[in-house]
Amino acid sequence: MLSIKELRASIEGKEILKGINLEVKPGEVHAIMGPNGSGKSTLASVLAGREEYEVTGGSVDFDGKDLLDLAAEERAAEGIFLAFQYPVEIPGVTTINFLKTAVNEIRKYKGENPLDAAQFLKMVREKAKLVSMNDSLLKRALNEGFSGGEKKRNEIFQMAVLEPKLAILDETDSGLDIDALRIVAEGVNSLRSPDRSAIVVTHYQRLLDYIVPDYVHVLYKGRIVKSGPKELALELEEKGYDWIKAEVEALG
Amino acid sequence: MSTETIDLKTKLLTDFHARESLLNGEAGSAFHQKKRAALGRFEELGFPTPKNEEWKYSNVKDLISESYHFNAESSLTLADLQDLKIPEQVANILYFVNGHYSEELSSIVSSSDQIIIESLQSAYKKNPTLVNKYFDELVKDDTDAFTSLNTAFAFDGVFIHVPDNQTVEHPVILRFVSDARSENVGSQPRNIVAVGRNAHVKMAEAFRTLGTERSFTNAVTEIHMDRDSGVEYYKVQNESDKAYHVGTTQVRMLDNSHFYAGTVTLNGRFTRNNLNIILDGEHCEAHMYGLYFPDGTQHVDNHTVADHRKPNSESNELYKGILRDKSKGVFNGKIFVREDAQKTNAFQSCKNIVLSTEATMNTKPQLEIFADDVKCSHGTTTGQIDEEALFYMRSRGISKPEAMSLLMYAFCADVVSQIKIDSVREYLENVIAEKLTTK
Repeated sequence: MLSIKELRASIEGKEILKGINLEVKPGEVHAIMGPNGSGKSTLASVLAGREEYEVTGGSVDFDGKDLLDLAAEERAAEGIFLAFQYPVEIPGVTTINFLKTAVNEIRKYKGENPLDAAQFLKMVREKAKLVSMNDSLLKRALNEGFSGGEKKRNEIFQMAVLEPKLAILDETDSGLDIDALRIVAEGVNSLRSPDRSAIVVTHYQRLLDYIVPDYVHVLYKGRIVKSGPKELALELEEKGYDWIKAEVEALG
Repeated sequence: MSTETIDLKTKLLTDFHARESLLNGEAGSAFHQKKRAALGRFEELGFPTPKNEEWKYSNVKDLISESYHFNAESSLTLADLQDLKIPEQVANILYFVNGHYSEELSSIVSSSDQIIIESLQSAYKKNPTLVNKYFDELVKDDTDAFTSLNTAFAFDGVFIHVPDNQTVEHPVILRFVSDARSENVGSQPRNIVAVGRNAHVKMAEAFRTLGTERSFTNAVTEIHMDRDSGVEYYKVQNESDKAYHVGTTQVRMLDNSHFYAGTVTLNGRFTRNNLNIILDGEHCEAHMYGLYFPDGTQHVDNHTVADHRKPNSESNELYKGILRDKSKGVFNGKIFVREDAQKTNAFQSCKNIVLSTEATMNTKPQLEIFADDVKCSHGTTTGQIDEEALFYMRSRGISKPEAMSLLMYAFCADVVSQIKIDSVREYLENVIAEKLTTK
């Protein structure tokens, strides 16, 4: 589904990703862990098409398409979804109106007719239930005045509505208490299916107690320096990142 | 061969004296004396130049470079207005075409014991004393040449009188149409609104143009608010690319009165709006909202004054603009808090999105505070579209142009939502959405 080869990216002339290789097959969940500043969020941003980053090398193939050739909105329409670490507050646009526009823009991209108001509302209500999203939040301006937990839940709710093929969760656990974390994780898990994949970017292991990954990768200084099964996350939790740093430094 | 140089001022002065000679006995009336005094002020002041601090950023040179046929007859019919897509509404609707009241196009639905709505000419014929009581009273000390010019040439407009304790259910919509299909036209509407004690009314002034010649509108509205009264006043300008508009709305508020103003400039070549509010009572509330969308080489200038003269009142102001291309915007907001006006709350904010490097916005808040126990704040921002919000929307599949439209629309939403006449708000929602989509 997703094939990243030797991906390099920089911002303001500073190289952050220094040759990333990653294969994600349908149905798989990959966790990307690593110390602060290792490039985790950059990877998520580059995949979603954030324009501040300049891709300086490598390739990203997504279901046979050259992802790097597509604008952010085209990537979304192709089935990429980024759950933001810091969801943006947009006064004046209600969540419901925002999502309706998004759904219908994606349908337009695919050559489908727009959903009418009734169809859309029915679908949205079902999805809201799935992530325990309060209906009243839908009518409020997007994320405006939402608590941290509500914002993150809104991300997962949007994901449920848009049904992406590949979800990228960028530190979705940051700033969440354990109850909010569980609700968010349940939402993510309910969307798991054999043809949908996820990349879970996180600093801590605790999210992975709830969203159990198939693979864990450690990103350090812009490269994936270690990959392993889900147990690797536990090992990192126990021993921290220093031993990995030491391993990398030893290799030069 | 001779080249004609047009001096609009001289032409206007000559016109005035020619008209005066036709007035017979009326020339001696108190009403006419006010006009004559105003002409004197205009003659002395002349059209403003950029040396005049109040007109520093708004040059009227282009406006006065041609002449206009004032109060030109027009045979405009309802069918002619089709193109303007004017919304249907249950309201008291008065049409003025090139300054002339059109009884044929107008319809008044409210009962006359609730509200008196008449053309200024007909009101003056019926009750000169009443009209004269209000005419010019709020603007006679105005040092603006255009205001004096309007007084001198006041031809028609509306006279609204809401008796004490009346709450008028249906709004009053004044539609000023410039029919510029065959020549440069000019009009100087003069509106008088007198709202009695504990009386409430909603009104709107809408300005439109037909045709491709120039139009020049110089409008003045005087609003007198008695104690405990409420007025909602909206001004919507959707004129042609060759429309010049200068307008002054002058309001005086007495104790416990509430005034809401919304000024929306959708289109026009050159627009200058003055909104001057005197809070001459305690516990008054004045709210001013504004929106403007200049593009091309259009120019929009909003000058506002909140003059707090008595204690315990509040003024609150929010103006927003989206500027494109080589357009220019000006905002000048004055707040005066006089010595007696303790416990005044006065807030002012002007926010702008500038979409082109060639567009400019001049903002100038001006606070003059002579009382010591007051709360005043002001702030202006001028920036671009929020890139982070744009990326967020695009990451959900919304195309860049669509995301821009949504964000710009959202930017305007808090002003649009303040407009409480449903038909006016819905009209604006549609026009603004279209305006922000097609470009």
